[in-house]
Amino acid sequence: MKKSLILVMTLVLSFALAACGQGNKTNNAGGGTNAGTTNSATGDTGAAGGGETSTSELSGSILAVGSSALQPLVDQASKKFMEKNPKVSIQVQGGGSGTGLTQVSGGQADIGNSDVFAEEKLDAAAAKELVDHQVAVVGMAAVVNPEVTVDSLTKDQLVQIFTGKVTNWKDVGGPDQKIQIVNRPSSSGTRATFEKYALGTKTEDLPGAIQEDSSGTVHKLVSETPGAIGYLALSYLDDKVKTLKYDGVEATEENVANGTYPVWAYEHMYTKGEPNEVAKAFLDYMVSDEVQNADVVELGYIPASKMQVKRDLDGNITK
Amino acid sequence: MARSRENRKIKQHIMEEWTGKVFTSLCIVLLVVTIFSLVYFVATKGFSSFIKDGISIGEIFGGTQWKPEGEPPFYGALPFIIGSFSTSIMAAIIAAPLSICAALFMVEIMPKIGRKYLQPAIELLAGIPSVVYGFVGLSVIVPFYRDIFPGQGLGIAAGATVLSIMILPTMTSIATDALAALPPGLKEGSYALGATRWQTLARIVIPTTLPSLMTGVVLGMARAFGEALAVQMVIGNAPHIPRSLFESASTLTSAITLSMGNTVMGSPQNNVLWTLALILMLMTFVFVFIVRCLERRANR
Repeated sequence: MKKSLILVMTLVLSFALAACGQGNKTNNAGGGTNAGTTNSATGDTGAAGGGETSTSELSGSILAVGSSALQPLVDQASKKFMEKNPKVSIQVQGGGSGTGLTQVSGGQADIGNSDVFAEEKLDAAAAKELVDHQVAVVGMAAVVNPEVTVDSLTKDQLVQIFTGKVTNWKDVGGPDQKIQIVNRPSSSGTRATFEKYALGTKTEDLPGAIQEDSSGTVHKLVSETPGAIGYLALSYLDDKVKTLKYDGVEATEENVANGTYPVWAYEHMYTKGEPNEVAKAFLDYMVSDEVQNADVVELGYIPASKMQVKRDLDGNITK
Repeated sequence: MARSRENRKIKQHIMEEWTGKVFTSLCIVLLVVTIFSLVYFVATKGFSSFIKDGISIGEIFGGTQWKPEGEPPFYGALPFIIGSFSTSIMAAIIAAPLSICAALFMVEIMPKIGRKYLQPAIELLAGIPSVVYGFVGLSVIVPFYRDIFPGQGLGIAAGATVLSIMILPTMTSIATDALAALPPGLKEGSYALGATRWQTLARIVIPTTLPSLMTGVVLGMARAFGEALAVQMVIGNAPHIPRSLFESASTLTSAITLSMGNTVMGSPQNNVLWTLALILMLMTFVFVFIVRCLERRANR
């Protein structure tokens, strides 16, 4: 009795260990099995396998992971896409731009959503393998607490505020009130965009500055905290916070589209190499007029098709 | 005929025994494997920032500058360590007297009302998701502190307040169990000698149950130490050692949750976050160790 129990235990243990070993191997290889197991909690194990395509009808499953700023759009578009192609299953997960890029680069996800160019996060070799699909544009604006009387800030003034050289609103033409910065964490894609295109310089985390990752919290804190300044995507702007002009230019979709307002970024959907059939069909659907003119606008993004200017990785703008 | 039936019965029972044993052993093996692989995973990831990226241990534990994206990068995690300790210790200081008094009330003073109404109410607190605590903290406690004290309201004080409510149920239920397990003879003896209720509580009940009460406090602190979401929402997350309790600060957990998704796996920025996770895990071990020691004292 006891012997056989020990026998069973050893068997079980060796199985468990063997399974572990295998798991590690596939993990190192960046194979599909790994993503399958990690996602089993959400149900769809076949997701990472990528579309097993049939000849007649589009079928298969894809996994899109990454940027939480882009997630609502991809999520909504994927639901419509799945209604049209019932055999396709698309899973959309958040996790942040870094996660999206890592997973698509490692092969665990089919599509990696990102707020920033892959070259800014991954090393050059890994970024080279990824194919960029720009599906939308997000504009950003500096916002202040409604009680702050300042309407417009120049680039220099913004830099001075976010680097801590100006700490009182009276120095930039406002009331005698302390400036409270509501920033994003230094790893955030939103902050990277704001620093790159609005400030033109990297800033340090100042003592006393608040850092929040979620746009909802930033919005809440800016609207409630006296003297607060932060920055939000255009879709989050409302009358609870006051939107500042940048160098006198108003933050509107038209100004972003015609290139007069510079603080905006592409929303990227990366694939590793050329996408497979299902992913390609989905990405085509994302940039089709059906999504661009409806869901993209509805959710507060700017359609990539409307942009009259183009910008490359180094920030060079072409008409 | 009769014998074979008996045999069958015995066989059936043996089978039952076996199924039970195999099932429980399987569960235990699975648990042990999970725990060990978790520890292994966090440890290898956490140490890679020392080994692969060459960050010195002294910098992480002693450095006060946190600029993982900077040129050159700084990885001083001391502000987070201080933030984590100060919030959880403060939360325990706020919650411990409350929970011990609540337990005394429920067990010694008014057992009927306490058991019937107070205990379910406190246990209900344990079921509220932490994001709700965070949101309530951000909407109620932060504006309250902002109006009363200088500063923005966010900070260690707000974090500790939210955490103290969160850990109240853990502490109270452990304190209640400890008080209820006290042999009645002790109290009766004290009363028989003419001691008042206050004297009995202060000189007999609390001193004898102190190790168990402390266990509750330490477990509560461990919970506070590991809580991420609620704290992240109200603490402000500036990676600096704050000059006041009402200035934006960070904890280990908030630093991890804030940046983990935004950094790329395997990069130094990401590895150093895993090191923070490793510190958190080691701290949990320390807490468990303290609880073990206290339990041993309580059992003696």
